[in-house]
Amino acid sequence: LGLALYASSLCAASAATFLYHDYCVIGAGPAGLQAAYFLQQAGRDYVVFERSHAPGSFFALYPRHRKLISINKQYTGKSNSEFNLRHDWNSLLSHDRRLLFRHYSRDFFPDADTMVRYLEDFAALLKLRVQYNTAIIHVTLEKNEQAWNGHYFLLTDQDRKSYKCSSLLVAAGTWVPNVVNFPGSEYVEGYETVSINPEDFAGQTVLILGRGNSAFETAENILGVTNFIHMVSRSRVRLSWATHYVGDLRAINNGLLDTYQLKSLDGLLEGDLEDLAIVKDKKGKLHITLRFYLENRNISAGIDSITLPQDELDNFATRAPYDRVIRCLGWKFDFSIYNRSLRMMPGKGNIKKYPQIKPSYESRGTRGLFVLGTASHSVDFRKSAGGFIHGFRYTTRAVHRLLENRHHGVPWPSTVYPITQLTNSIIKRVNEASGLYQMFSVLADIILLKENATAFEYLEEYPIGILAELEMQTGRKARNGLFVIIMEYGRNFSGADKDVFYYNRAVGEAQHAWQSNFLHPVIYYYKHLPTEREMRLRPPDWPLPRPNAIHHIVEDFLTDWTAPNAHILPLRRFLENCLSTDLRNFFAESCFLFAFTHQKLPPSCQQGYIRMQGLLGSQELRRHAVQAGLLQDYTHTDFLGDRPPDSHDGSQEQLMRDHGIPVRSLQHLVNAKDE
Amino acid sequence: MSAQKDRWVSSLVFLLFCASSIPKCGGASLQQEPSPQHYFSGLEAGKTSLAFFSPSVSRGAQPFLEQIESSAEALQDYGVSVVKVNCPKEDVSRYCGEENALRKAFLFRGNRLIREFPTDALFDVNSIVANVLFALLFNEVKYVETLADLENIENVLKGKSNMVFAYVPATGTAEHRAVMEAAFVYGTMHQFVLTTEAALLKATSHDDPDVSSAWLLFCHCQQATEAAQPCRRTALAQPLTLLSIHRHLKLMGAPLVTEVAEDPEKISTVHLQLGLPLVFILSQKETYEADRRTAEFLAWQLLGKAGVALLSRDLVDLNVLHRSNVALKTPDEGMPIQYLVLEDTDEVITLVENKNKVKQIQEDEQEEEEEEDEKENNNQDIQDDQVVEAVSRDKKRELPLEQILVLTEENFHSSLSEAARTVVLFYASWEAVSLAVLRSYSEVPAHLKGTPGVLLARVNCWDWPGLCSQENVTQFPTIKIYREGQQAVTYGGMWGAEELSSFILLSQVSCPLKLATMDEAEGYLRGEFPSELSPHQHTSLLGVFSSATSEAREAFEEAGNILSGHVRMGMYFEDDALALSQKYSVSPPALLLARSGGRSVEGISLSKHSVQDMVQRIRYELLDIFPEITVPNLPQYLQLGKPFLILFSAGDITQVESKEMLKLAKGTPQQAFVACWLNLKKTPVGYGILRTYFSTTPSLPVLLWVNLHAGGQVFKFPSEQSITEMNILSWLEKLQAGLEIPSSTLSEEDWKPPLPAYDFLQMMEPPVPELSPHPGDTPAQHPPKSPGGDTARGDTATREEPSQESTAEEVGGPGRGLRGTAPRLAARDKQGKRHSEL
Repeated sequence: LGLALYASSLCAASAATFLYHDYCVIGAGPAGLQAAYFLQQAGRDYVVFERSHAPGSFFALYPRHRKLISINKQYTGKSNSEFNLRHDWNSLLSHDRRLLFRHYSRDFFPDADTMVRYLEDFAALLKLRVQYNTAIIHVTLEKNEQAWNGHYFLLTDQDRKSYKCSSLLVAAGTWVPNVVNFPGSEYVEGYETVSINPEDFAGQTVLILGRGNSAFETAENILGVTNFIHMVSRSRVRLSWATHYVGDLRAINNGLLDTYQLKSLDGLLEGDLEDLAIVKDKKGKLHITLRFYLENRNISAGIDSITLPQDELDNFATRAPYDRVIRCLGWKFDFSIYNRSLRMMPGKGNIKKYPQIKPSYESRGTRGLFVLGTASHSVDFRKSAGGFIHGFRYTTRAVHRLLENRHHGVPWPSTVYPITQLTNSIIKRVNEASGLYQMFSVLADIILLKENATAFEYLEEYPIGILAELEMQTGRKARNGLFVIIMEYGRNFSGADKDVFYYNRAVGEAQHAWQSNFLHPVIYYYKHLPTEREMRLRPPDWPLPRPNAIHHIVEDFLTDWTAPNAHILPLRRFLENCLSTDLRNFFAESCFLFAFTHQKLPPSCQQGYIRMQGLLGSQELRRHAVQAGLLQDYTHTDFLGDRPPDSHDGSQEQLMRDHGIPVRSLQHLVNAKDE
Repeated sequence: MSAQKDRWVSSLVFLLFCASSIPKCGGASLQQEPSPQHYFSGLEAGKTSLAFFSPSVSRGAQPFLEQIESSAEALQDYGVSVVKVNCPKEDVSRYCGEENALRKAFLFRGNRLIREFPTDALFDVNSIVANVLFALLFNEVKYVETLADLENIENVLKGKSNMVFAYVPATGTAEHRAVMEAAFVYGTMHQFVLTTEAALLKATSHDDPDVSSAWLLFCHCQQATEAAQPCRRTALAQPLTLLSIHRHLKLMGAPLVTEVAEDPEKISTVHLQLGLPLVFILSQKETYEADRRTAEFLAWQLLGKAGVALLSRDLVDLNVLHRSNVALKTPDEGMPIQYLVLEDTDEVITLVENKNKVKQIQEDEQEEEEEEDEKENNNQDIQDDQVVEAVSRDKKRELPLEQILVLTEENFHSSLSEAARTVVLFYASWEAVSLAVLRSYSEVPAHLKGTPGVLLARVNCWDWPGLCSQENVTQFPTIKIYREGQQAVTYGGMWGAEELSSFILLSQVSCPLKLATMDEAEGYLRGEFPSELSPHQHTSLLGVFSSATSEAREAFEEAGNILSGHVRMGMYFEDDALALSQKYSVSPPALLLARSGGRSVEGISLSKHSVQDMVQRIRYELLDIFPEITVPNLPQYLQLGKPFLILFSAGDITQVESKEMLKLAKGTPQQAFVACWLNLKKTPVGYGILRTYFSTTPSLPVLLWVNLHAGGQVFKFPSEQSITEMNILSWLEKLQAGLEIPSSTLSEEDWKPPLPAYDFLQMMEPPVPELSPHPGDTPAQHPPKSPGGDTARGDTATREEPSQESTAEEVGGPGRGLRGTAPRLAARDKQGKRHSEL
């Protein structure tokens, strides 16, 4: 705090040149506003810069055909607000119940204009400090030993106004269209500007470059009026229902797949766009050829001299000329505004459109610079939902919590419970938590055990990529072992070429839970916090290093993991064996017996009955427990062996039988030790 | 289950496997012989073989063939090889030529034909083994048909050797096989006699025997000297199996009475090894002869059920009561030896039989478990949480919740303002304890009938997590009482309808209640004021403060806030407070205490004025001097951390007992212990406590000293003494001086996981050792080890497998039927020895 005060006084001195804030956020899109909300709630000094006059400028333009493909489920049959967020992909997190997207639209796939309106409301109702019409055009560093991270961030806007910040949160999204350069690419129209009026395509033959949702959305719009549409892309189409990745082709956009497979003239092709060339003939028709042919010819010659593939291969697939070629290749991050000293580097391979960041969402090049929102998707690209509102609203919260701990000494929020609540706290979270559910395999709940395992501390939605740094990043101690709770799909279930509808794909039995295919909770137990090295060397496909023990809660058709025998019991056994204790609940009467016959008591008696919170139980319940053989009824006091066996009449025999069962089961209950 | 017992069971199981050699694929099987010539020329002199001849083209003897093939391995253990001889088509010799011979099997020793069996007598492995051994052991096993034959044999054996007499309902049965197999081993030691005559069975057994089940007697003829007397007999109580016969014969072979002269803790006899208890008769030089006779008498009574040892106290320094005359050692490891004072040998017998019954039940249970073990994993998926199971069995019953308002995020705050007080149960509809409490909660309206201004409500936190966290509810169940304009009070008492109702009732008057006049104060102490509480019996507590003692008064008020709902507290600080307190011979600040029963008022001066002290003091003062311990009130007394002097009574205690105990409790300085009593009629679980201490219920009432907090010893007040203050005090003195021996000790066992968990880690990919950075400390090194795991069953099974297999192989030597032994059962160290003995 002293540092912050000092820093702000420092800035006050130089206020003439710089406007100082502890936190600067670039971009007032969903992620920027989400970050602003948490900063505001924590009472931090922050400002959001937005180049447009209103929040969510990306949504003002995109998607071009205005239909969002994030679901807005009105009804789930449940009133649990946390659970319902699992099926609300558009709302941002806030305490204000008015700011739920379902109050804005009744459409399952809402209109993008609604999103713009929602974001405006979000910023306005929560009074977030957003500075509109401010385009940051340059970011650089100023070394300063006093600064939080050893440097300040200096931001310059389009009016050459400068700002100084201790921490920079980049929530600028990816908005620079991806373009491919090949001979003839000047004839290609971009998704950004292409007409969205189907009439403009009537009777035309169209080639679309790309195979993502924007490409299919464009095709879907004109499918009915074109002669035919061909789509070309380097890789095969990936269907989101097969990959469980929402960024892949969604069923709502896949009308063209239907017409392709039904041989209704439309088609899909694979090929490297870099090898392509387009030539325009005299009639204005566009012909596909290969860069290779163009390189071998005399530039000055006319169109007729150019070799077309069909000249050599007369059944070449795209031999028909096209009227239009549309590029729908997605967007990339705008790297241009960052000074070289910030070392904002593009990722490698398929994540080159995103800046390189660590699993903590901090830039690899610059300490104190965090990337939020879509631009942070490199962490879980093609795996989880971190590139989408319903995912990054949670990762943004996680980043905020990391910052609170790092700069303000506020440890990661946690709740301490007695160990008897262990099973319950896990069951509660896996059933309702939306962050775990949406950001599966990325965010995890962490249970830190206290000494002697009599109590535990529960931390929600911590990024598992930085599990090894947990103590430093959260300010919490993990000395006595920990549980990590995440959600996972079956390891070999999802994939572009997998049959996800195969017979017997669902597992029903708790003992085969590890083979569950659909999203299900998995609990890892570590006696010690994994080290960085262990994290690095984790087995392929494993989100975490090999634990000391692991438990899968069997997948559930209703995603309702509250069944006493199939879900809770195996979980309890797992926890008991990890902690080497007995986590069963006992009625007060059992605790009473144990208090007189054992020197030690099970945790449920210790933490309940002995503290005068014993579970007396109603008549019926105790009767049921007796019938189940888990509680002995001593009201008929004569017992086994006290009488010679031949003196029993029938009714007594009955009584003895009833009695006999409890004896042995109770033995079972009392002799907790395994033989 | 103790390790020793475990060992015992598994070694016997192992034996069974060895001897009867349940055939498995691989190992010895049928020998094939190309021709009769070849077969006969190869017969060795001493070797026995069972041969059958079949034409090269088989004709429908298929089922028989299968049986004989599978018995080949079993027979090999007895040195009998099974040979199938292929008859060439043209062969017309003795065995191949006759059509008849092809339906028979022939037993040869060397090349001498001993017996031919029609194939229909060899219907399964049991019958094949039984019949072949029967033929081979012609001399060792006598077959008798009449009682006279039996008596003849018995008379001949008298003074020479013992006899084993078995009745089997038919030959060729599993029991027959068991007897034959036992005879193969013990035949040279004892004379075996077999019959299938039901008349003989009736003649030899006492009551009406079941002729359809086999029966075995051990006749002690070796010791029989009188020709006229029949030999003593000991029947085998269990069903006839090789295992039970073996065990029985072992027991019969053990010395009747073992004389020991060392610490009984260190003694181990064949009985203990076989899982039976050992009874020690504690003897002295003076009484040795009598003790010896008692021991022998007892030994005959307990033969086959327990061992008897004679322990000379002069030779061993025993730290036990001088009075003790019997000690009982059970085979369970870690169970301390019980020293007892018994008057009659019958008591010993009852004691042993009770022990065995419990044992039997446990064994049955274990067997069941093992069976299930093989079928499924084990009982892991069977609910063993009594609360969860009870709730799920009750889930279909509709609860009477009409009078309990359901609150939601929308109506929560508006509902709170509707009643003077709102009681809210926060619960989760999937959580068992919550639901158990909801059931008790549903009974509260009936208890509260006629109490105005109380609204009962509930919030399901599974529906409204936001509301619950907003109300600071982090665990379920939680009950809060909301009063307008005041902070909500969280209920901290027992989860029972009565306790909760009483809490709600008490918390409707303010705590402490300010009393304005002397009359009110007096009425309050009499329990008549305030009127809304008068029908309910509660101890009333009145704080009396003069105007000068505001510090104490404030602390008292604060304590009242904390104890609200649990205690009935009043407060009087008018000018005449001094007069009021002096009436009870105290001066303010003081507490006046009117107990619910007698209504006599005690005055207590207050010296410490901190809130914490005040709360503690009030709690302490509210405890009874000689309380009846019940399930709900035990924790209050446990908190004192003192030993219990507890009187178990079958019903209400008598005036005399009560008076004496009260005198004792009051007379003891600083209350070094909690004197209390337990009404077994009201708290029947007390029987469970007594049973744990003494195995049987001692005669009631019984007075016990229980060191609950230190050491856990339980001492029993001598039943022959009457319960008087003097007697108890002198007993307590002896007890303090260490002169008494505890009759029992509370188990020190930790609460371990009742059953192992599914080992998913093991089921998932095999570990990749290179990946583990600390080779010593990674799960990769102990793949089967289940979490936290010294208890996991899978653990032992998997890890020990290889070593067991090798041990078994080494010990068994070749050709002794170890093939196919389930390695899991070929348990630890002893079985090798047993096996060779067999």
